[in-house]
Amino acid sequence: MDSSHRRLSAHSQRSHPDEPLSEHGEAPQAGSSRLKPGAQLTLMRYLQDLPDADVPPSPVPPRYHTGRLPNSKAGDGKPRLLLMGQRRSGKSSISSVVFHKLPPSETLYIETTTRIKKESMHSFMDFQVWDFPGHLDYFDPAFDVDNIFEEIGALIWVIDAQDEYLEAIMRLNMTILNLQNSYPNINVEVFVHKVDGLSEDYKSDTFRDIIQRVQDELSDNGYENAPVSFYQTSIYDHSIFEAFSKVIQKLIPQLPTLEALLNSLCSTCHIEKAYLFDIMSKIYIATDTSPTDIGSYEICSDYIDVVIDVSEIYGWDRPAENGHSEIAETGNNDAESLITMERKGNNYLYLREINKYLALICLMGDDSPAEKKAVIDYNVGVFQAALKQVFPRAERDVPQTTSEE
Amino acid sequence: MNTGKRQKQRKVLLMGKSGAGKSSMRSIVFSNYVAKDVRRLGATIDVEHSNIKFMGNLMLNLWDCGGQDGFVENYLNHQRNHVFGSVAVLIFVFDIESREFPADVISYSNIIRALQECSPGAKVFVLIHKMDLVQARLRAQLFDERAEYIRTASESFRDSVDFFPTSIWDQSLYKAWTQIIYFLIPNAATIEGLLQQLAEVIDARELILYERTTCLMVTHVTRGEEGQNPFTDRFERISSILKTHKQSMAKHTGIPAGSANFAEMQIKTGRFMFFITRLTENTNLAASIPPSEQVFNAARVNILLVRPKFAELDIASKPRPGIQQAFAHSAESDRDRDRLRDHSAGGESEYRGKGKEPVSIGMGGGFDG
Ligand SMILES: Nc1nc2c(ncn2[C@@H]2O[C@H](COP(=O)(O)OP(=O)(O)OP(=O)(O)O)[C@@H](O)[C@H]2O)c(=O)[nH]1
Ligand SMILES: Nc1nc2c(ncn2[C@@H]2O[C@H](COP(=O)(O)OP(=O)(O)OP(=O)(O)O)[C@@H](O)[C@H]2O)c(=O)[nH]1
Ligand SMILES: [Mg+2]
Ligand SMILES: [Mg+2]
Repeated sequence: MDSSHRRLSAHSQRSHPDEPLSEHGEAPQAGSSRLKPGAQLTLMRYLQDLPDADVPPSPVPPRYHTGRLPNSKAGDGKPRLLLMGQRRSGKSSISSVVFHKLPPSETLYIETTTRIKKESMHSFMDFQVWDFPGHLDYFDPAFDVDNIFEEIGALIWVIDAQDEYLEAIMRLNMTILNLQNSYPNINVEVFVHKVDGLSEDYKSDTFRDIIQRVQDELSDNGYENAPVSFYQTSIYDHSIFEAFSKVIQKLIPQLPTLEALLNSLCSTCHIEKAYLFDIMSKIYIATDTSPTDIGSYEICSDYIDVVIDVSEIYGWDRPAENGHSEIAETGNNDAESLITMERKGNNYLYLREINKYLALICLMGDDSPAEKKAVIDYNVGVFQAALKQVFPRAERDVPQTTSEE
Repeated sequence: MNTGKRQKQRKVLLMGKSGAGKSSMRSIVFSNYVAKDVRRLGATIDVEHSNIKFMGNLMLNLWDCGGQDGFVENYLNHQRNHVFGSVAVLIFVFDIESREFPADVISYSNIIRALQECSPGAKVFVLIHKMDLVQARLRAQLFDERAEYIRTASESFRDSVDFFPTSIWDQSLYKAWTQIIYFLIPNAATIEGLLQQLAEVIDARELILYERTTCLMVTHVTRGEEGQNPFTDRFERISSILKTHKQSMAKHTGIPAGSANFAEMQIKTGRFMFFITRLTENTNLAASIPPSEQVFNAARVNILLVRPKFAELDIASKPRPGIQQAFAHSAESDRDRDRLRDHSAGGESEYRGKGKEPVSIGMGGGFDG
């Protein structure tokens, strides 16, 4: 952990302490009273349809952009994720499943989008998701192109892999070429979507074909280095969350620091795989740099559900006991959980709430039995302290009960 | 079969029209299927028997009776005594989507009459199933109407029959089956008594006993203000959480779902502490306690201490003929002692089970693939 200390102080010099203060007053409102009892596992998941106007202009220019983002004028300072693509390709479904926890089967009833729908997501980092109607010409002069593409973090282009996709690719290519002229730094993230219904062979053929067609067009126009990435996604499994995780990770300037911290945690504690999750969306914002397979992500993501569900059940607002409030006799301020498996040779799971928004989830290897818990606790404490400096905002936002002391 | 004296074989009939969803619910509750797997099930031919060892000295003897007309006629005529004799519980499943509800009820009353004749003391549960197919706002009313109508056709069971709305897509299935199982457990009061004592000793807010394979609640004890917990459906919600977790672990580790058991799960927060741990061969104990490390540690130690007491109530540890059983029992208590020693030495000892599946479920018809 020594090394993480060093890394930490090195980092703190370039950390980004300033966040729009206005965010502060906004926090407690949120129509999330149902979820509030979630113990100290704060689960402050709130997500509203904030029209732009509701977000006061920030007094301080936002600093959490990657170097790749175009400089913003004094806008709302939230990176935007734009969801674009053909009609019925699944844009609104993706947004609802990932950010509103809509059960996938209920997306069947989503109506076609007629106006740009903007969602603000408050988390370790604020960002906006703009869900576009499929039929719009995004470069129609009637449109305020600048207003749309300025400050965006990523353009997510959704292609229905179960449908005829040539026109979708044509429009995508046109969009990329247009963007290359004026906003060459925007990440274009292509979701080859609805792959759940496809056979393995067909799926990979389609995927390769789409990549080929886009890249050919780009290199024909001399843009072979345009920042375009491809993902296979479906709302019926974890793949859409994984893809979003990767999209968002590109927008986190602190990512290398986070990865280094996680690497050092893993090696000191013999952790097989560690993820830093955004509790609300179950997007992981970082993991150690050992190879990732979707299986371990899925286990961890399902595990968050278990902890959140149980916390909701038993974290209800109890009346104060015999006059003295429950908080006085606190146990853990940060929620913590551990699962040990019965069969020898099975991994076990560890979860620790890091701050209001983030949880650390670790898959432990065989060689780190529960006796090592003290070591793990200690090192996770160090990790947590380091993280507070990486994301100062979360620290300031500690729930009011504790900030009164 | 070696049936110890105190072991209670309880015959349970699962009946209803073909396609109503009987085998679906059985495979989800008892065989670790997930809801989306049940489409693979074919129609049941004749009767599929399964024996399920349960908490207490209960052995469930489940008859999943294929619902096609030919089979039903056979049950009612040629096999009347064989099928309807010595029945403890009849579970009758109605499909809410059925277009021939009146005909379904006629078939139901034929079966009720046979039951009345051969097992007048039986208990009847009616499940009105596939409620997910009805719009949420219409569910309650439709359920009440159907239930009232069915009650009038229930002959001598008219006053005792219980109704539940169910769906394999939510926890309502667990709610219904929890009630059915509770009815069948012969020594529930004794178990509850012990649980109550334990709760006092460890100052638990709530203790819930779950059967390990099915994750169904056996019983629970709630103390103090936990009684005001607004989540009144929490017992079946936790069932469903546990089952889902089990499936998630099985899927990603490659262990069969039947064996993907955890030894312990702990959750500690500023408002409560919670853990689930193995209590007896067939049960897990969930405890919700105040947020304090001392209470938490004391509770875990005390639970280890009472395990033998609960084991006495458990079917597997009865001194049944068969050396294996006795052996397993003593191994169990040895392990307890070891664990306690570890504990007093301050070590966090990890609990490892025997690695064998304790609950044997024999399924007929090559069902349990
Ligand atoms: N099989 C499958 N269907 C999906 C998936 N994602 C979305 N869908 C379905 O696709 C249909 C269209 O989804 P929408 O989200 O309304 O599409 P959209 O892109 O927002 O459409 P517009 O608003 O008209 O542009 C719905 O019926 C969804 O259920 C997926 O991953 N797999
Ligand atoms: N929507 C919905 N479908 C269900 C539910 N339960 C079962 N089903 C469907 O009903 C169909 C028939 O289920 P089975 O369990 O095979 O029916 P059964 O009662 O065992 O039929 P027999 O063996 O012929 O008597 C399956 O395809 C399931 O997908 C439910 O709760 N909701
Ligand atoms: Mg839409
Ligand atoms: Mg069947």
